[in-house]
Amino acid sequence: MWFFNSPEIAFGEEALSYLERLEGKRAFIVTDEVLVRLGQAARVADVLKGAGFEVMIYDKVEPNPSLETVRSGAAAMAEYQPDWIVGLGGGSAMDAAKAMWILYEHPEMDPEGINPIEILHLRQKARLVAIPTTSGTGSEATWAVVLTNVAERRKLGLGSREDLPDIAIVDPSFVMGMPPRLTADTGMDALTHAVEGFTCSFRNDFSDGLCLKAAEMVFDYLPRAYADGGDVEARTKMHNAATIAGLGFGNALASLSHGLGHSLGAVFHVPHGLAVGLFLPYVIEFCARGDAGATRYGELAYHLRLPCSTEAEAAAALVGAIRSLQAKIEEPISLSGCGISRSDLAAQMGLLVSNCGNDSSTVTSTRIPDDLETKRLYEYAYDGKPVDF
Amino acid sequence: MAYKFPSDEWVKALMEELNRSQAYAEAAATWEGDFYFIADIPGAEKPALLYMDLWHGKCRDAFLVTDETAKTPAFRMSGSLENWKKVLTKKLDPLQGLVTGQLKLKGNMAAVMKSVKASKELVEACTRVPTEFPA
Repeated sequence: MWFFNSPEIAFGEEALSYLERLEGKRAFIVTDEVLVRLGQAARVADVLKGAGFEVMIYDKVEPNPSLETVRSGAAAMAEYQPDWIVGLGGGSAMDAAKAMWILYEHPEMDPEGINPIEILHLRQKARLVAIPTTSGTGSEATWAVVLTNVAERRKLGLGSREDLPDIAIVDPSFVMGMPPRLTADTGMDALTHAVEGFTCSFRNDFSDGLCLKAAEMVFDYLPRAYADGGDVEARTKMHNAATIAGLGFGNALASLSHGLGHSLGAVFHVPHGLAVGLFLPYVIEFCARGDAGATRYGELAYHLRLPCSTEAEAAAALVGAIRSLQAKIEEPISLSGCGISRSDLAAQMGLLVSNCGNDSSTVTSTRIPDDLETKRLYEYAYDGKPVDF
Repeated sequence: MAYKFPSDEWVKALMEELNRSQAYAEAAATWEGDFYFIADIPGAEKPALLYMDLWHGKCRDAFLVTDETAKTPAFRMSGSLENWKKVLTKKLDPLQGLVTGQLKLKGNMAAVMKSVKASKELVEACTRVPTEFPA
């Protein structure tokens, strides 16, 4: 038994106007200072006010939101007593909104203990709208929550199936001004979601098609969105692709690239999309050398029209296509290219390996690395070497 | 030799398997928390309870419990005999079992969410115990 979950999704031009249909009294917008400064939070607040809402904007969410930020936001929520919560931003703001919402409904909970096992009975106090302002995270369409334990320098892969947003507003106008670097990093996040959702051990018939479609769209439109941020069609397609990939991997799971990337990001503060996208080719090479029949790169390559006749050739073709995409969008393909020194990597290796092993994404890999293999994956990714073990 | 599940012999065999496992010792090096593993047996008056005292990568004690009040473990994981059989024969991923409610877990969930690898190694050790299930 497994499940398929989706929010109601309003997408395309003027999708933001869907907020006019909400019924309620108080809305609590969870966002960050940049989006307030850019006027995006006010834009959302104005629509909500037009629908008769009182609105509070909480703009203290930092990249890679901490447990402390979640507790602080939940306390502000408890004071304001909203009946709608709006997560506005990239994955950090939307994930933080989900976690704050859970603590608002369950003040006794430890945010580190947010889990998919217990039944929470959410929606007694409020419901959740998610509005992505980047095209990558897919958080608007998943129940995943990634928080950071700052003291332990560790990202925590959390979430409850109940924290899936009720409504996702996928309005491309929010990403028209997105800078090229952010476009590239978040686009690689979307691709990694699509590939890992299709290839992880929790893949299923309901999510497969979404992952394939999203992967195809990222290959087709990310270079255009990166080259010309004003390309409306490319921006719109990438925005949709990110949500479709979110639906895909959110109903399967993410996998080893996320385990390696979460661990790296918490220690070296590499942006999430860059980190997981960087590891994706190495993980494909690693998994392709695992048990025969465990991977399905041939099916993915076939759908992407990549020439191959064996699973090994498919993995190589897929890695080649990803490398080509990374070149077009000028993404680093090695940890050294991210500005990490070899000595710093070596000094942090124990923590990186341990945290990767304990990441909930790692265990869905079709080939789960032991500690030595994880260490070698980091070392090979540092040097940009093809995985040969 | 196969051990009957659930039984005192089976859980003691699991204890030995765990204490032989370097992978478990490393993965669970900081784990502190004892368990009741509870199996609902069709036709039985009471479920079968297996106790395991898991501490810093080792299993310090393990036995079949006849009186549920004998211990107050930090964690309780329960399921039907059929679902335990699926887990022990690798036909049901334990995470999938927990998310779908086929297995239930009570205890400090924050500790569990941070100990993915120890959980995986524990299950791996379970699957290495030669096991015989009731017909």
